[in-house]
Amino acid sequence: MGLGRFMVRRLALSLLVLAGLSILIFLIARVVPGDPARLALGPRAPEWAVQSLREEMNLDKPLHVQYYLWLRGLLRGDLGKSLLTRRPVMDDIKEFLPATCEIVLFSALVMAVGGILLGVLSASYPNSWFDNVVRVVAYLGIVTPSFVWAVIFVLIFGYIWPILPVIGRLEMTVEAPPVFTGFLLLDSLIFGKYEAFWDGLRHLILPSVALALGGMAQAARITRSSLMENMGKDYALAQVAYGIPWRVTLGKYLLKPSLIPTVSVMALDIAALFANAFLVELVFNYPGISGYGIRAMLNKDVNAISGVIMVMGVIFTGVNIIVDLVVAYLDPRVRLVGGSQSG
Amino acid sequence: MADSAKWRERLGRAWYKFSRNRLSVVGLVLVVGIILLALLAPVVVPYPEHAGAFVDYANANLPPSRTYLFGTDVFGRDIFSRTIFAFRGALIMAIGVLVTVVPLGSFLGLVAGYFKGTRLEAFIMRITDVFLALPPLILALAICAMLRPTLFNSMMAVCVSWWPWYTRLVYGMARSVRSEFYVLAAEVAGASKAHILFREILPNCMAPIFTKMALDVGWVILVGAGLSFVGLGEQPPTPALGTMVSDGAKYLPHLWWNSVFPAIAIMVMVLSFNLLGDGIRDMLAREEA
Repeated sequence: MGLGRFMVRRLALSLLVLAGLSILIFLIARVVPGDPARLALGPRAPEWAVQSLREEMNLDKPLHVQYYLWLRGLLRGDLGKSLLTRRPVMDDIKEFLPATCEIVLFSALVMAVGGILLGVLSASYPNSWFDNVVRVVAYLGIVTPSFVWAVIFVLIFGYIWPILPVIGRLEMTVEAPPVFTGFLLLDSLIFGKYEAFWDGLRHLILPSVALALGGMAQAARITRSSLMENMGKDYALAQVAYGIPWRVTLGKYLLKPSLIPTVSVMALDIAALFANAFLVELVFNYPGISGYGIRAMLNKDVNAISGVIMVMGVIFTGVNIIVDLVVAYLDPRVRLVGGSQSG
Repeated sequence: MADSAKWRERLGRAWYKFSRNRLSVVGLVLVVGIILLALLAPVVVPYPEHAGAFVDYANANLPPSRTYLFGTDVFGRDIFSRTIFAFRGALIMAIGVLVTVVPLGSFLGLVAGYFKGTRLEAFIMRITDVFLALPPLILALAICAMLRPTLFNSMMAVCVSWWPWYTRLVYGMARSVRSEFYVLAAEVAGASKAHILFREILPNCMAPIFTKMALDVGWVILVGAGLSFVGLGEQPPTPALGTMVSDGAKYLPHLWWNSVFPAIAIMVMVLSFNLLGDGIRDMLAREEA
């Protein structure tokens, strides 16, 4: 089976999953104990107001009709109105999502580069002091939730040794670039606002490193162990015996197969980045989708919650497809045999 | 008599394998310590009444000292006492979730793996895929948001997002074990489905299930802390580690002890269960070989 057919099958499965997910999210949002309209307006709102909101949200119709209407809206990009901001949920998401994507992309980069680099280095010098330090740090990284890193970073770099900003996305004094893509760094480059670019970058560092550390530690450990395993194989030994420089052996022949497990786990790690961004953004007061999502959750803003969760599901499904593609590229067995997705 | 001697020998061997790695023993000691502290919290802790809605403004915001080991919070409550009491919620959460999720998830995986190639398999596994399409924390957050925030509800939310991982795990193993000769032999001999599922296939999946369980205790505690961190877990005045960290974060840097000690408590808890889990994995893995 070629890569093309592999992808088609993969995409079809993803569509099925997304359809299922829409049902799941709808059920979570609608089978709430209590009345979403009443919850949104509060106990003191008059009955007629609640009733009209109920009608606006289609809560007076049977469940399957509600689902149909919700799905139809979803496919058209209409997620209903947020009960909290009183704006269409889609607009809110468009405003807040890029900021979160910026953090997650940046921290995925830190995670991948840092994790693989640390893994390769500690596999190259096994049981050296460096390897031991990496091992301890990796363990700490894995067991420490990212929101704890966030709090620690705020304490250290915000107050004790204040070298980096710990609040928001941009300093008040810095002029923000016009919103074009929503990605602050990209926008400031496009419009030549280098000061905003630099400041935005500085604001990104702490939250994204706090997010990345767990996955980075994981990636380092996995890369190390799979690299060590491949180093012990005959073909590696043969190359050493032929006198091929270690650098070439490592970079050209060993790294590719060794990265397969790392990349496979990366999908989960990126998902974890999105999930943990929910907590980390809170600590840094970062204006992203997660802060919006949490506010919606705390206020039982049903439309906003289901919208945000659905968007997360779509993103995560997309990430999974990309990761599968990368794994298929790295591992001929997957693309030739057709790839069982057994994880 | 002979039986008990045999058991003792097996136990001895298991302990030997487990204790080969010092860190596993450290993990075991820490886990036992944490469980004992949580169980005996009212007796061990210097100020058990501080675990509730207690107020003592005269002693508020005191830094760590000999009287208040971890300092006091804005209400004058001893943070050490509250941290130890918060272990209880975290452990109850982990136990509750795993006790529900492991049998349920494993059973579904077992069935799906045994009936491979049938509609039943497709049905179970596609539903599993749907639940796996969201990171567990996000799914749990969404469910929690819809329910009243209590320890029980957050447990339920985590359960909903956790079972598919066991289904996946057991499914993969059951699928491959399914075509082993002893399973086929049992089928030919006319053994019942229940016999094949639980007596032939399940025992071969136990080691990975136990390993995952031991490691998951830490992860469930983490997710639980995450939920309470945003305010969707156990509600004040009952202490919860996540809540303590996020409340304390408001008073950084001056009242740093408010969030730093509960944060360290989370790290220690997760670390201990991880070390123990690694030890159990080593023990079971080498037992097979």
